[in-house]
Amino acid sequence: MIRRSIRHGAVPLLFLLLCVLGAWAAHLTPQFLVGELLARFGRNAVLVLSLLVPIMAGLGLNFGIVIGAMAGQIAAILVTAWGVTGIGGFALACVLAVPLAMAFGALTGALFNRAKGREMVTGLIAGFFANGIYQLVFLFALGSLIPFHVTRLLLPQGFGLRNTIDLTGIQYALDDLWTARIGLGGQLLRVPVVPFALIAAVCALTLAFQRTKLGQELRAMGQDPHVASTAGIDVDRNRVIATIISTTLAAWGQLVFLQNLGTLNTYSSHEQVGMFSIAALLVSGATVSRATVAQALIGTLLFHTLFVVSPLAGKALLGDAQIGEFFRVFVAYAVITVALVLHAWQHARRDR
Amino acid sequence: MADPAPVREPVAERRTGVFASLREFARELGIPRLLIAVFVIALFGVAAATHMGLAALVSDSLVRVARNGILVLALLPSVQGGLGLNFGLPLGIACGLLACVITLNAGLGGWAGLALTAVLGAAIAVPAGLAYGWLLNRTRGQEMMVGTYLGFAVVSGMSIFWTMAPFHNPLLVWAIGGHGLRTTLTLTGYWDKLLDRLGAFTVAGVTVPTGTLVVFFAMCALVALFLRTRAGLSLAAARSNPRFALAAGISDTHTRVQATLLSTVIAAVGIVVFCQSYGFVQLYTAPLLMAFPAVACLLIGGASVSRATLTHVIVGTLMFQSILTVALPVTSQVIGGDISETARLVIQNGMILYALTRRSDTT
Repeated sequence: MIRRSIRHGAVPLLFLLLCVLGAWAAHLTPQFLVGELLARFGRNAVLVLSLLVPIMAGLGLNFGIVIGAMAGQIAAILVTAWGVTGIGGFALACVLAVPLAMAFGALTGALFNRAKGREMVTGLIAGFFANGIYQLVFLFALGSLIPFHVTRLLLPQGFGLRNTIDLTGIQYALDDLWTARIGLGGQLLRVPVVPFALIAAVCALTLAFQRTKLGQELRAMGQDPHVASTAGIDVDRNRVIATIISTTLAAWGQLVFLQNLGTLNTYSSHEQVGMFSIAALLVSGATVSRATVAQALIGTLLFHTLFVVSPLAGKALLGDAQIGEFFRVFVAYAVITVALVLHAWQHARRDR
Repeated sequence: MADPAPVREPVAERRTGVFASLREFARELGIPRLLIAVFVIALFGVAAATHMGLAALVSDSLVRVARNGILVLALLPSVQGGLGLNFGLPLGIACGLLACVITLNAGLGGWAGLALTAVLGAAIAVPAGLAYGWLLNRTRGQEMMVGTYLGFAVVSGMSIFWTMAPFHNPLLVWAIGGHGLRTTLTLTGYWDKLLDRLGAFTVAGVTVPTGTLVVFFAMCALVALFLRTRAGLSLAAARSNPRFALAAGISDTHTRVQATLLSTVIAAVGIVVFCQSYGFVQLYTAPLLMAFPAVACLLIGGASVSRATLTHVIVGTLMFQSILTVALPVTSQVIGGDISETARLVIQNGMILYALTRRSDTT
């Protein structure tokens, strides 16, 4: 019992210690840190939350959320091309993203069903593959094969989207809807209320979903797919549904992320979404087979604290911000590796 | 279950002779492989039709085949040993790169420098490979995922090492600051293209990098020999039926470590040969994604997650590397844009995805 609680708490505690030491070394003021964290938490939490449903269903970490992020980006590009701005534009993008994400999610889910037992590596490669298709469509086909006449978005050669797209139309559409001002240490912090309300809503929905019939079925599948199947649950169908839910949430998550950032790196914004979201979730002590809403929130907070602190601490301690940047990437990969090893290790031991 | 075979039989009977065997051949080869083969032929066809220097393209393809071949070969033992595709290749690559940096820092050039680097790389890869094999034994069933992320973690961990490592040769470290290795180290004056130039000759405008090719084929022969020894045979036996092998006195815990070790060592030697041919040593994030093209080569050659042969290594490397070489000049001439990188992403990952999702292969 004690051993278990230590094992569950050790990772987040270690991380907290790392963050505190780093912040202390870099002489960060709490105001700066809180301000940075509010922004980063607001834009990343939905993406991290999108990972929960597949874990519940026993699919493991959904590296395929990259594909959901692409759906979100396609919607953002369309809205920008049509010139729909403000909250209307953002809402339209969210609506547009749904059918795209559902289609992509269904395809990814079908792939997962063909690769049972190796969903994670399949999801990772599926993300890379989808990235290739995405490039094929937006770098080559758009404007040449697919008619597209918004020249301000096109590369000088006349086809293919620019590498960065200005999303000023929908920037802060959600953040500025209602900002609360909170005084902290003599400084005013602008707190974007709506994204946080949205995060709370996603949390509540995820929790409520676990109590629905479908949610219970997914949990049963996560426990033991064979038993679930003999109990009359259509395991394959439910796995596809779980993937669709995750992909759709990821598309919305990416839209929340982009409206805060204000620029879209057409060909790279989505690439690292999977890795960073998954690392953030795992930092909280969540595992490949068990993750809660609270863990997703705590993990996002901890991971992004390290993200803010690491380069600054690297600069203060070693005179080189680059080392801090390498360090945080290393931490992200290492956290995922350790979680995968622990998961496989426990699995192997149980099988024996 | 009702047997659908009798219903299908008349249809199958009608497709007799050449057509049936052609269908069988196509099924064995897989549709993606056929598409890729057609793509290769089409690329060379377009190149010939538009009077591009075909000889130069073939020369470039040969250089790239020789350069990348050993890295593809490194994947063979791990598939043979039942560990699946070794996405943890960057681990071995990091060992080889470390050896490169050590010998370069000591200023060792020429044949002695190259040989010592390869030996040193292999030596460093031994403990790394043993540890990796030990880890994979404890993470059975998830070898590919663990390997992928271990590779990523090693590459990013090594990035920290490269910036902080105590190397002081002014040719290797940044001119400003005097510490931290450069992202690209030039091999000119050390062992740049030594093997590529060894016995190189030109036939009909095609230059053959004899030395590197010979080393690649020699390594292939060595691996083939190993697979026929007692140890190699037990490797395959333990993969195809662990329990049966155990009854015969072969522990698959053992053979799996051997396979991983061999794979890691070959990868270390492979990257040294790669750097030799390329003329540069690329540090930091360069090796991060190196496993994926190598895996795609093996799969395009006809391998699956659980079965691979030397023919797959050689044929796959020939096909994929010629696509990569020929696609850039051909597509830029035809459509006026560089589509080759995108095509590489689609072909490479599409191929891996196909192999991962083959029903017959899932256990």
